[in-house]
Amino acid sequence: MKVRIRDIVEALGALVLVAGEMERGEVSGGYCGDLLSDCIANAEEGSVWVTVQSHPNVVAVASLVGIPCIVITNNQEVQEQTLEKAREQGITILKTPLSSFEAVSALSRLGISGKKRHV
Amino acid sequence: MPEEHPLIEMEREIAGGDFQRAGDVSSELKNILQRAGFPPAFNRRVVIASYEAEMNVVIHAYRGVFRARVYSDRVHVEIDDQGPGIPDLELAFQEGYSTAPPHIREMGFGAGYGLSNMKKCSDVLVIDTRVQEGTKVVMDFFLSPSNS
Ligand SMILES: Nc1ncnc2c1ncn2[C@@H]1O[C@H](COP(=O)(O)OP(=O)(O)OP(=O)(O)O)[C@@H](O)[C@H]1O
Ligand SMILES: [Mg+2]
Repeated sequence: MKVRIRDIVEALGALVLVAGEMERGEVSGGYCGDLLSDCIANAEEGSVWVTVQSHPNVVAVASLVGIPCIVITNNQEVQEQTLEKAREQGITILKTPLSSFEAVSALSRLGISGKKRHV
Repeated sequence: MPEEHPLIEMEREIAGGDFQRAGDVSSELKNILQRAGFPPAFNRRVVIASYEAEMNVVIHAYRGVFRARVYSDRVHVEIDDQGPGIPDLELAFQEGYSTAPPHIREMGFGAGYGLSNMKKCSDVLVIDTRVQEGTKVVMDFFLSPSNS
């Protein structure tokens, strides 16, 4: 099932820090985690990634995996370099006051399911 | 058999400690592989392993050189760094083993999965390391008929 990124913004009460391809963008699954080598190995292309990490390498990992939308939880401060990198790559960055658990629950209610892939 | 000419060659410097640009080299390789038309599952293997090797230079070493050679049916990647080297390779390969300091772990690195990701993703992995000199990681990826 595909879910529009715009619907994610609403469901999470999120702030759009970088729009990226938000207008047309969709996700087909989700992944949650704060360890970069875990995400790069296990997340599926096309997923939304929920994390508290907000430094620029998060965007690098998202771009390598093919993640169109990153949700940064707990209102973590996001570095300007992270936003810059996301703009270059066309990746949507959302920030929400929700915790990662709350955010995942909300995404799940939208119909997004967890996807994991094995290397 | 004469040495086949690569279709594409790439050589980039990696700066230790530069987290802003970390991952850029692997990104560039991903773009090259996509443009060359390799299957996504194959590209993913190459890119994950390259990213982990690139990050290990950024996190653990002082500087390194990343070289990739793309052939019609395989990709060869070498990452040669100047750095502390790895005193106990067997230990380093254990999942969860990491010497990354706390401020690096806070960023979500240092889970200790990099080397095992590299091993899982590559078809051949050779590491030559000398303590207080550096580490050379050589990986080969073969495009299999099952296209990954
Ligand atoms: N290029 C390198 N130079 C020096 N030491 C290295 C290098 N690569 C790996 N190591 C050592 O091997 C350990 C394990 O590496 P590995 O990539 O598996 O985990 P990590 O880098 O610590 O964490 P992660 O990759 O999950 O972020 C490192 O903590 C470090 O001690
Ligand atoms: Mg590593």
